[in-house]
Amino acid sequence: MSQTVIEPVSEPVNNGSGVSHEPLLQIRDLEVGFQTQHGVVPAVRGVSLTLYAGQTLAIVGESGSGKTTTAQAIIKLLAGTGKITAGQILFEGRDLAGLSEKQMQDVRGRLIGYVPQDPMSNLNPVWNIGFQVEEAIKANNVAQGKAARQRTIQVLQEAGLSDAEDRLKQFPHQFSGGMRQRVLIGIGLSARPKLLIADEPTSALDVTVQRQILDHLGTLTRDYGTSVLFITHDLGLAAERAEQLVVMYKGKVVESGPSQEILANPQHPYTQRLVAAAPSLASRRIQSAKNDDAVGAEIFSGGSLDTTLVARAAEREQAAEAKDLIKVQNISKLYRIRTKGLKYNELLAVNDVSFAIKKGTTTALVGESGSGKSTVAKLLLQLESITSGTIEFDGQDVAGLKGAALLKFRRRVQPVFQDPYGSLDPQYNVGNTIAEPLLAHKIGTSAERQARVRELLDQVSLPWATRYRYPSELSGGQRQRIAVARALALKPDVLVLDEAVSALDVLVQGQILNLLTELQTELGLTYLFITHDLAVVRLVADNVCVMQRGRIVESASTDEVFDSPREAYTQELLAAIPGANFEFGR
Amino acid sequence: MIWYTGKRLLQMIPVFFGATLLIYFMVFSLPGDPIAALYGDRPPAPGVVEQIRAQYNLDKPFIVQYLIYIGNFFQGDLGTTYSGRPVSDVMAKAFPITARLALLALAIEAFFGILVGLVAGLRKGKLFDTSALVVSLLLISVPTFVIGFVLQYVFAVQLGWARTTVSSEAPLSELLLPALVLASVSFAYIVRLTRASVSDNLNADFVRTATAKGLSRRRVVGVHVLRNSLVPVVTFLGVDLGSLMVGAIVTEGIFNINGVGGTVYKAIKLGEGPTVVSFIAVMVVIFVLANLLVDLLYAALDPRIRYAK
Repeated sequence: MSQTVIEPVSEPVNNGSGVSHEPLLQIRDLEVGFQTQHGVVPAVRGVSLTLYAGQTLAIVGESGSGKTTTAQAIIKLLAGTGKITAGQILFEGRDLAGLSEKQMQDVRGRLIGYVPQDPMSNLNPVWNIGFQVEEAIKANNVAQGKAARQRTIQVLQEAGLSDAEDRLKQFPHQFSGGMRQRVLIGIGLSARPKLLIADEPTSALDVTVQRQILDHLGTLTRDYGTSVLFITHDLGLAAERAEQLVVMYKGKVVESGPSQEILANPQHPYTQRLVAAAPSLASRRIQSAKNDDAVGAEIFSGGSLDTTLVARAAEREQAAEAKDLIKVQNISKLYRIRTKGLKYNELLAVNDVSFAIKKGTTTALVGESGSGKSTVAKLLLQLESITSGTIEFDGQDVAGLKGAALLKFRRRVQPVFQDPYGSLDPQYNVGNTIAEPLLAHKIGTSAERQARVRELLDQVSLPWATRYRYPSELSGGQRQRIAVARALALKPDVLVLDEAVSALDVLVQGQILNLLTELQTELGLTYLFITHDLAVVRLVADNVCVMQRGRIVESASTDEVFDSPREAYTQELLAAIPGANFEFGR
Repeated sequence: MIWYTGKRLLQMIPVFFGATLLIYFMVFSLPGDPIAALYGDRPPAPGVVEQIRAQYNLDKPFIVQYLIYIGNFFQGDLGTTYSGRPVSDVMAKAFPITARLALLALAIEAFFGILVGLVAGLRKGKLFDTSALVVSLLLISVPTFVIGFVLQYVFAVQLGWARTTVSSEAPLSELLLPALVLASVSFAYIVRLTRASVSDNLNADFVRTATAKGLSRRRVVGVHVLRNSLVPVVTFLGVDLGSLMVGAIVTEGIFNINGVGGTVYKAIKLGEGPTVVSFIAVMVVIFVLANLLVDLLYAALDPRIRYAK
C-alpha cells in the first residue's frame, strides 16, 4: 500500500470494474480519548486502516472495542467529551482531524454519508419523514425548492420505500423499524457521498429484514461506486458483506486483511475466540462438521463452545422423559384494535397453535417480529388470557387459574425478557432484585433469603460482592445473568426466555447460552426459547417451532429443521442467517 | 381531535359542580357571623338582622342555599356582595386587570425563560450556564414578597422608572414591574426546565444524525433541539397560566392592584359566600380550559400524541 499523500480525486470513481488503486480513506495511528474526572481515558489507541474507492471494509469487534468511536471520529461526531488526541484521518488526501467545524459541515452528508445504528432513536419524532429527508438534500445543495421534494421521493424510493410519495407526511412512529432504517439509508445516500459509514445498520432488525436491507444497500453502493465502512459486531455478517475486515479489540486493531482469509485462518487469539463464538458461523460449522466430519470441527477445536453445547444436547436427548411437561393445544389469541370512533379491527395474533415440551428439554419458537411468538409466551405465562384452546402444565389446565393456584403456577414458570436494561429496576440493587420474588412469595427468613441470593449469584457465576451494585453499574451480560438469577430464585421448572440473548454481543451471548445449558443440565430445567435468530437456536434447542403470522408453519427437531427444512419460509429464514452463504471450511 | 376536545369540555361539568359545592360548603362552615360583622359595635335595629338573613337566604339550610345560588348563577345572576354591589360588577372589574397582569407575566417568563434556558443548555458547564443556575436558584428560594419589595424600592423609589403602586385602570405600562415580580419564580423554573431538556436533546441520537446530514449548527439547534425541548416547557406554562390567573395575591398586595387575588381574599375574610364561589367557579373554568389548551398544544408539538378516543 502506498503511503504517499495523493491529490484529491476530482471526478467520481467509475463504477463497473470497481476498485480504484488510490485510498479514499486512510486512517493513520488514530487515537481518541474521553475526558473524565480521572483524566483522559483512551478509547481508540493507534488505529490505522485504509479503504480504497469502491471497496467495502468492515470493522468488527464487541461493544467497547472502539469501533463506533473510530467511525464517529471520521466525521468528528464523537459523543460527549471524546476528542481526537493524535493521528490523521486522510480523506482524499485531506486530513479531516484538522478541519474546523464549519469545514466539516461541508464534508458531512456531501462527501461522507452516515447511517446510524438504532432506527428507533435516530429520526426526530416530531418532524415528518419527508421533512427530514428533504432537509438533508437542501443542506447539501443537491436540489432546492420543488426539485428537492422530487428528489426526496426519488431517494426514498431508491431506498426501498415504494409508496414514498404517499408517506412523506407521516411521522417516524408510523414506520416499522425496517422502514425507518430504509429512510436513514436514504438520508445517508441522498447526496451521493463517496463514502458511507454504516454503523451496525441492521442490528436492531429481524434477520430477513436485515438481509433485504443489506442486499439493497449493497446494490445501491455498487451502482454509485460508493465505498462503505461497515461497523458490526457480527463476524458472519461482516465476512459476508465486506471484502476487507478489521478486527478491533480494546481500542486496537488486532487483525486486518481480506475477510475470507481472516475467517478461515484467524491469527490473533481474540479473533479466534470471536470466530468460535459467532453463532451464525457456529451453526454453519456444525453443518459442515456433520457433512464432512474431520475438517470443520478440528479447525476451531480451541475454546469452541458449540461442541460443548452439542454434547449437552445429546445428553438431554437421552435423558428426556417421555412425559410432556407443557402441552399447548389449539390456542388462539384475538386482539381487538380500536381504530376510528367505535370501530374495531380484529387481529389474530396467535392462530391455532399447538406444541408440547418434554421435561428437561428446550423448545425454540422462531419467527420474525410480529409473528406472534412473544404473544405465545405471554399466554403461557398467563400474562394475557387466551381466546380459545387449552394450555396444560404438568397435567393441569392453567387457563383459568386464579389466586393462590395462579401464584403457585407462576412460581414454577418464570420469564426472562429481552432487554436487561428495561427489566431490572434501576433503583434496586442486585441483591434486592434477586430476593424480590422470594419476598413476593413470602419464602424464608431474611437470612435464608440472603443465603439463597448467594447461591444464585454463584450459579450465574457472579461474585458475592455484586449484590450491592446497581443495574447501571453492570454490563449487559452481567445484567442478563442477574435476570436469569432472579428467574431461578423460586426454583422454577420452566424458564420462558423471550429473546433473552438477542440484545447481547456475540461473546457475551455465547457465555449466557453456555450458562443456560449448564443450568439446564444441573437443575433439570425446561426452556421455551423465543428468538428471531435461527443461528442461536441451533446451539441450544432440541425442538424448533417456526412461526409466521400467528401460525406454526413448521415444527420438528432442530436437526430436521436445519438439515431438511420443509417450508419455504423456514428455508428463507435459514438463508438469512448472516454468513450462511459463506463457504466455510472449504 | 374534535371528539377529544368535546369529551374534555363535557368533563368540565362535574368538575364545575364539584368545585362550587365544595367551596360553598367551606365558606358556609367558616366560623363567625358575617351579618353581625357588618355592624361592628353598634347593635342593629331588631328585625333587621333577620331581614338581611332572609334576603341573602342565610336562614335556609346549606344545600337549599347552594341550589338557589346555582339556579341564579345559570340565569346570569351572581348575587350581590353584603355591601350591595352586584358580584358580576366586581368580577368585571377584577378579572381584566388580573388577566392583563397574568398574560404579561406569562409572556415575560416564557420568552426570557426559554431564551436563557436554551443558551444555558447549549453552553452547559460554561460561565453563562453556571450564572443562570445560581440566579434561578436565588429566584426560587427568595420569597416573592422580598423580590417584590426590592424591585419596587429600586425601580420605583430610587430610580423612579415606574410607579410604586398601580392606578385603578392598571394600564400595561404600569403593570410591567408587577408582572416582572410575578414572573420571577416561574422564569427560574422555565430556565431550569428548558436547560435540562435542551442538554438532554443535544445528546439524542437524532441530533447526531441531523449533524451527520451536513446541517449547520444553527439549523440543528433551531429545528431539531428546540422543538423537542419545548414539550415539557409548554406543559409547565399551561399549568402556570392557571395559577397566575388565580394566585397573584402577594404581588397584587405589594403594588396595590385590585385584581382577583385581593378581591377573593377580602371576600373570604368577610365570609361572602356568593362572591367567593362565583370567583372560584370562573377560576376553575379558566384552569380547566388552560389545561385543555396545554394538551392540545402538546399534540401539536409532538405528533406521537394523538387523542383518538
